Amino acid sequence: MPGTHDPSALGVSVQQVLTQVSYIVAAALFVLSLKWLSSPTTARRGVIAGEVGMVLAIAGTLMLPHIEAFHWILLTFFVGAAVGIPIAVLMPMTAVPQRTALSHSFGGLAVGLVGTAKYYLWVADEPHRLTHFVMGVLAFETILGYLTFTGSLMAFGKLQGILPSRPITYRGQNVVNLGMLLVAIVVGVYLNVDPSQTTLFPVLIGLALAFGTLLIIPIGGADMPTVISLLNSYAGLSASAMGFVLENKLLIIAGALDGSSGFILSIIMCKAMNRSFTNVLFGAFGAVQQKAIEGAEERTVRSAQPEEAASILAAAQSVVVVPGYGLAVAQAQHKVRELYDQLTRRGVDVKFGIHPVAGRMPGHMNVLLAEADIPYDSLLEMDEINPELPHTDVALVIGANDVTNPAARTDQSSPIYGMPIIDVDKARTVMVIKRSMSAGFAGIPNELYYMDKALMLFGDAKAFVGEMVKAIAAEGR
Amino acid sequence: MDMLMSNLYVFLLATFLGFEVIRRVTPLLHTPLMSLTNAISAISLVGSIVILGEQRTTLTTVLGALAVTASMINVVSGFLITDRMLRMFKQRAPQGKGKGA
Repeated sequence: MPGTHDPSALGVSVQQVLTQVSYIVAAALFVLSLKWLSSPTTARRGVIAGEVGMVLAIAGTLMLPHIEAFHWILLTFFVGAAVGIPIAVLMPMTAVPQRTALSHSFGGLAVGLVGTAKYYLWVADEPHRLTHFVMGVLAFETILGYLTFTGSLMAFGKLQGILPSRPITYRGQNVVNLGMLLVAIVVGVYLNVDPSQTTLFPVLIGLALAFGTLLIIPIGGADMPTVISLLNSYAGLSASAMGFVLENKLLIIAGALDGSSGFILSIIMCKAMNRSFTNVLFGAFGAVQQKAIEGAEERTVRSAQPEEAASILAAAQSVVVVPGYGLAVAQAQHKVRELYDQLTRRGVDVKFGIHPVAGRMPGHMNVLLAEADIPYDSLLEMDEINPELPHTDVALVIGANDVTNPAARTDQSSPIYGMPIIDVDKARTVMVIKRSMSAGFAGIPNELYYMDKALMLFGDAKAFVGEMVKAIAAEGR
Repeated sequence: MDMLMSNLYVFLLATFLGFEVIRRVTPLLHTPLMSLTNAISAISLVGSIVILGEQRTTLTTVLGALAVTASMINVVSGFLITDRMLRMFKQRAPQGKGKGA
């Protein structure tokens, strides 16, 4: 009735108002959280904003009238925290990509499970709620949730080394995968027409799980930055879809923020490799490898021992270090820090040039180097470091390959032609720490190694940098 | 229908806002960005709590319990590891002669 101010007359309790208020404040805090993350000086404030938002949202939910099973809720909270805290505290920084993939898979799983539960609840008790739109979104949410679950598990397996990180391919793969997705969509549409077909729902789940697995299995390790970003986007989108099903705007907003974040990162990663989404997902890299290896021939390179390399570094005025995934594999970040200290103490200007796709996830190298206490203002992006390289005395490449290959600039026939690279070949001297002469992930020979100014430093990155540190320290006395 | 339309508007605006905000995040922090958004999207916890809390059938209670556990792992580990990473990012010591000098 107009003019009524008693909220209970409108069927709204104080608790419900409080819940809604907590949700809207949480949504605002999530946006602020991401805004504050834009710069390292405010980033930790962003984390706190996110945490407060999350606590508010949880508290608001627990106030809802029909929540009863508090013992179960507390128990699951406890189990979740008991698993989550050790992961966060003990996980080494080199394993951050694995943890990220694993958390995408948990996120996808949770969304899939909620979708499943909602479907069975509504089909049994409130079939009128399963309108065409709701059923459609529910099917979308469930497919996306479960495929993110298995897809991210596969990504985790590859990053953890449980599964081979080489692409696993077979003939007709794309046809099988797309066919499977198509069947899943058809099942989803059928359920949309007749939601009461409860036996079809498990089929939908099974197809989504299988599709997620088969989609990621053929993707190689070097494409992981894009794949992780894409899975991040899926996890967010599925949470957003869940918000549509549950008519919860907080879920829609938080999911959309995550979804757009993952999407932006995937675009950045794709641009940094000069490849398209379809190319990454349905990749051509398996075919490229063979062609490229045929082109490789026996040529000689110049190599040097740690002592020689150390004296070149110590005599330089400016050094740019270009790290890659090999640095993470060798766990060389702390030795690199020692090298940084030794050289800086001698007045050498040391900077790091970070390619967007260096490592296995966006920003991977920055986190590793920050872990080793290298100040972040020495870590420069590709676009910032490239103009400096022509005036740089020594470029030291550690565990990176394709992102330094000048063929990307010059050789139109090269599979990586057009990919933006770090122009280490423009420095006065290039030194490359590498285990052997084997080609990089893409199997493309690197012209850089045969240049006159290039010096190959063969060995394990951690051991070799350690030797150089010792040599410089000895020379200093 | 009204609800649906307003939800679509919310989704649209949140997506655009997300693009604008996240575009400004420095590549330096892309890894913490991903773990933070991951923790935030574990807001699906809210939906899971409702399923579990209502305790309607055995099936949905089990599904809800699994979903709450999975989301809670993400919330806790996501926020904690983001903070752990961010604590590592330090600026160069002012005009330092290297560290520990």
